[in-house]
Amino acid sequence: MNNVIALAQSGAHIVEQDPWVFINSETELVEASAHQKLILPFSLWQKCQPDAVLRGEQQSVQGFWLAPEEEEEPVKQWLAVVPLIALQFPSFRDGRAYTQAYVLRTRLGWAGELRAVGDVLRDQLSHMRQCGFTSFAIRTDKSVTDALKGLSGISVLYGRSVIQPLLLFRRR
Amino acid sequence: MYSYDDYDYALVRERVEQFRDQVARRLNGELTEEEFLPLRLQNGLYMQKHAYMLRVAIPYGVLSGNQLRTLAHIARTYDKGYGHFTTRQNIQFNWIQLEQTPGILDCLAAAQMHAIQTSGNCVRNVTTEAFAGVAADEIIDPRPFAELLRQWSTINPEFLFLPRKFKIAISSAEQDRAAIKVHDIGLHVYRATNGEMLLRVYVGGGLGRTPIIGLAIKEDLPWRHLLSYVEAILRVYNRHGRRDNKYKARIKILVKALGIAAFAEEVQREWQAINAGPAEITDQEYQRIAAAFVAPAYEFLPAQNFDYNTQLFKHAEFSRWVARSVIAHKVTGYAAVIISTKPGISAPPGDVTAEQMEVIALLAEQFGFGEVRVAHEQNLVLPDVRKADLFALWQALDLIGMATPNAGLLTDIIACPGGDYCSLANAKSIPIAQAIQQRFEDLDYLHDAGDVSLNISGCMNACGHHHIGNIGILGVDKNGSEFYQVTLGGAQGNDSRLGKVIGPAFSAAEMPDVIEKIITTYKDYREVDEPFIDVVQRIGIDPFKENLYQNSASPQQQPMEVLP
Repeated sequence: MNNVIALAQSGAHIVEQDPWVFINSETELVEASAHQKLILPFSLWQKCQPDAVLRGEQQSVQGFWLAPEEEEEPVKQWLAVVPLIALQFPSFRDGRAYTQAYVLRTRLGWAGELRAVGDVLRDQLSHMRQCGFTSFAIRTDKSVTDALKGLSGISVLYGRSVIQPLLLFRRR
Repeated sequence: MYSYDDYDYALVRERVEQFRDQVARRLNGELTEEEFLPLRLQNGLYMQKHAYMLRVAIPYGVLSGNQLRTLAHIARTYDKGYGHFTTRQNIQFNWIQLEQTPGILDCLAAAQMHAIQTSGNCVRNVTTEAFAGVAADEIIDPRPFAELLRQWSTINPEFLFLPRKFKIAISSAEQDRAAIKVHDIGLHVYRATNGEMLLRVYVGGGLGRTPIIGLAIKEDLPWRHLLSYVEAILRVYNRHGRRDNKYKARIKILVKALGIAAFAEEVQREWQAINAGPAEITDQEYQRIAAAFVAPAYEFLPAQNFDYNTQLFKHAEFSRWVARSVIAHKVTGYAAVIISTKPGISAPPGDVTAEQMEVIALLAEQFGFGEVRVAHEQNLVLPDVRKADLFALWQALDLIGMATPNAGLLTDIIACPGGDYCSLANAKSIPIAQAIQQRFEDLDYLHDAGDVSLNISGCMNACGHHHIGNIGILGVDKNGSEFYQVTLGGAQGNDSRLGKVIGPAFSAAEMPDVIEKIITTYKDYREVDEPFIDVVQRIGIDPFKENLYQNSASPQQQPMEVLP
């Protein structure tokens, strides 16, 4: 996957060699090498995992993604073994993944990499970051360098978010 | 009124710069129109029939004299010299150029105003009633709650791309004047017997093509949980609201599909996970915000004023204006005054010129404490006028053509801009409103007809709230021609109801006759001072129907003419 921005301790950066391959369907999976780092649909991910991973005794090599209509609760038992979760934006105007991200982070305790995929554009990045996304697969026809500027957003947040759990009046 | 602090200023300034950059990227082609659309809508910028329209937020309808002067300046500099006040306490400018928008937003920011989230699929401007803080029947001032909600919903990252627009209204008087039951969320603040502030929460109300009166989802929400409860509703809606069909995407469709009990359960489950701890509003924060709305320094005035009583006695016209435009105030010796934006043929409902705005700003300072309100009915309100000053105020308003004594009467028409401006409209609204206003120019007749609300929408999006007008008019398109469908019996307020369609639609030219026949039928059936809406409730719509369609001139009703 190229055109990726990731957040790190040192700040946001463009990922030079992103190892992840996004898989939409079983057909795509057959075509992809079994040893690559894949982001699979959650149901497919479950199918492909060795028993030890499913039992929670071994780390998975692959990540999975959730469609906007999928619930987060069923993934809970594998949070400890999955290296990456991606959430889909079928359109940049579809806001369901913001809520999914919020619930994954604040309620289910997901602390690993949370990637925004799909119609991911510069002007939505700061909202995504606030909701707990830590990497962003920018739409490939857009400049990733340019998109970096979208992360800063606005310095004042009245309400609360994943990265700012307190309402502004509790921070004054 | 609420004054910006450093945080508020920083947010609004940064937002202007962000939008300036987005406009520049649109102009140089970096952003496609499709990508720019939601960004500009979140800044209140629409593309209309002739030009861009900018909708400016007037949070809970409160304006200072200086803010009104800023709006006048924008009207004069960037528009054609006027602005249009809407039913949701916004003002719209109809002749804006994209390149000028950042400059306008700069002007607004300097006056502690903005256009953030006045459009788009996000939480819109939070509204309340025009008499908040002064109404004699007020329980608790709703403005601090409205301001808490304004802040919480402004650029709330999780809820900027909802399935559809989201409107919240809040009221706290015995009479609901904010139409809370026709909003996505309606809040009524009241006091428990132990004095605690509680909220009754309505959800799933709205007009448009599926008009629905909101249902109570929670009866006694402790005020501290206002934000967490609204957050729970929005989260459930964001996840489960329909996105496959724009016309079925409002929360009312979700509430209807699930049923209020099942929806309430979903919200309850979500709310229980978030209601404790940091989501609660603190006493300190409530006090901080409420302090901005403390009552001004009212004088101790006698309940009776000799001069005022004499003026009422001597000037029939003044007395008539007082009867319609002056509202009881909670402080003795004061009154709230409705300034009618419905003069008739000279201006469409809600339109106010830059000069009028400037005079009203001055009058607010001269005769009040410098505050102006915007009413749901598209009128303006001066909330604090000494009764002794009413006569002088009336004379001053008369000079600018804003002393029409028609508040609550048939000519106090709520109308959307319709086909003259709006690209969604199927039919014109303004010429219909003006033709009706012209027909009912006779003040004696009008005052005799008493309280009647007449609402006109140019399409089924219902911006003119025609469903809740006692008389509602909806513009429809039939084979390329404009026709008007009439509903009767709608009402806003405590007893909100949707009107019933009376029969086949009429042509534009017929509308003044149609309304006159409706009023004549009402007068025939009324008992003593019985108001219009009560008569419609008592006798139903059939007598009106009979009178309208009997010997009707409507082409759709006439039998085919047989030529010899």
